[in-house]
Amino acid sequence: MRKTCLDMLCRLAEKDDRIIFIGSDLGYGTMERFKAEMPDRFFMEGVSEANVVGMAAGLALEGKIVYVNTIATFITRRCFEQIVLDLCLHNVNVRLIGNGGGLVYAPLGPTHEAIEDIAILRAVPRMTILAPADADEMRRLMPLTVDHRGPIYIRLGKGNDPIVTVDHVPFTIGKGILMRAGTDALLLTTGVTLRLALEAAEHLKEHQISVSVLHLPTIKPLDTEVILEHAGRVPVIVTVEEHTMIGGLGSAVAEVVAEANFQSPKRFKRIGIPDVFPEKYGSQSSLMEHYGISGEAVARTVLGLCRLSQYSRR
Amino acid sequence: MKTSSLESGPAEKICAELDARSVDLRIKVIRVLQASRRGHLGAAFSLMEIMRVLYDDVLRYDSANPRWPGRDRCVLSKGHGCLALYVLLAEKGFFPESELWKFCASDGILGGHPEYGKIPGVEASTGSLGHGVSIGIGMALSARYQKHDYRVFVVVGDGESNEGSIWEAAMCAGKHKLENLCILVDYNKQQSYGSTFEVQDLEPFADKWRSFGFGVEEVDGHDVEHLRSALKSLPLEMHKPSIIICHTVKGKGSACAEMNLKWHHQSSITDGQIEDLLRSLPEVD
Repeated sequence: MRKTCLDMLCRLAEKDDRIIFIGSDLGYGTMERFKAEMPDRFFMEGVSEANVVGMAAGLALEGKIVYVNTIATFITRRCFEQIVLDLCLHNVNVRLIGNGGGLVYAPLGPTHEAIEDIAILRAVPRMTILAPADADEMRRLMPLTVDHRGPIYIRLGKGNDPIVTVDHVPFTIGKGILMRAGTDALLLTTGVTLRLALEAAEHLKEHQISVSVLHLPTIKPLDTEVILEHAGRVPVIVTVEEHTMIGGLGSAVAEVVAEANFQSPKRFKRIGIPDVFPEKYGSQSSLMEHYGISGEAVARTVLGLCRLSQYSRR
Repeated sequence: MKTSSLESGPAEKICAELDARSVDLRIKVIRVLQASRRGHLGAAFSLMEIMRVLYDDVLRYDSANPRWPGRDRCVLSKGHGCLALYVLLAEKGFFPESELWKFCASDGILGGHPEYGKIPGVEASTGSLGHGVSIGIGMALSARYQKHDYRVFVVVGDGESNEGSIWEAAMCAGKHKLENLCILVDYNKQQSYGSTFEVQDLEPFADKWRSFGFGVEEVDGHDVEHLRSALKSLPLEMHKPSIIICHTVKGKGSACAEMNLKWHHQSSITDGQIEDLLRSLPEVD
């Protein structure tokens, strides 16, 4: 996904001389083609996220479209005030590309695990948050980031993920995508956990439970219309994300559902990382499984809620 | 190499008398305080000659067209000094003078810190310290890339120079040899709690900037001629960003506010305090 993102950026920059790239001491050889072809629009700055984001704001105030790339934790935590004031208050066209959103850097520990990036950025006015599910979706969304007004955070999931999105559905910033329609439960997800939600839906089919899967690659602004449309039709609603349960997609959906005041009762559950610093190393997938973020665990949760719902209706 | 302020002592560097224009600008700032009953007076008086020389003699701008692409960019990174900026922007015609009397009012455009997009002539929203130099670097890099000849001026405070982001930006500006960037430091040696020497000593300040790749000059920040001549000789060194360390006095010009930390920021200002401030200004023919 990261390679697709940066390759797309290079291609877009070849056609649009407003595009500038700034990296913060990235790995050797990153964006070599960009640097070779457009050296005056390529900046590799030091480990200095506050300065990099401020500098990006200054360039954007002069009409440039600036893409900044580094590890997700550093580009969100270290320079949070620069994001709030220099980017969002000025409403400038800076795109923050965060490597390793979620538990991708599990072996490196809590300093590198971006588990609250969505929560902190969601609280800032004017910020747009995108979390594509796979490389194909990344390819579809990148051209849209060029002329979008205001700052964007692009959360990169782990590369080499299987492709689960479909080409014939166009990407629109701010719009959810119904991946699968069902009548018993609604699974809402974002980023790479779309694959797990789809797996869960398959498991549930074996139990004669029909599940809708709504993919929300834009977490802010949230597509409340499509959430309400599909949430209104089912008794069970479950969110799945590779993020702390505080302030992320689950919280955002809970806010929408709670304020909808549906006539029919709803069973609701958030699946995500609990309010802890991950205490184990291992791999992204082993940590996700540890926290119950897997296709099977999601299916079990939905099954339990569906049974509860059926029981209370009898 | 010039001696640092610590070696020579700040008082020896600041001996300029205020002229009639400087006193008039200060009277206007006091009138704004009178209307709003609040504000950062110490910083505004400390900065006044720096801002005055920039807007009177140095910056290229068109107040009727504040976004004119050829203008020089001026970022007041120490946003709390905004009263000095506001009285000058009003005088130069960026907005009607009537806005001054609505400082911090709900129907006004002028807040306690400058805001981009609300105030014509303000290039960046500032107030939280340590942001302006990086923003200025972005503007200066854009000028270089587009082969525009505008220059970028960033006014920072001494307390502000405690921020790590200032030094990240200093390394960056030095690395890029940003000849079109000039930082002016309002070095009044007073921050909110006490003197810079006791809170967070910056010395050897000039040497620090030199070591980061800047051309450095130190001036009496209230000496209009000295400021003018430094600003007319930019860049101070070829292929380097410039910094002018302006030795100033917090509250300069008002006998009751000078080096008086109580006047860093005041609210609920009384008529009596306004009268005292007006009386404390020097008499100039």
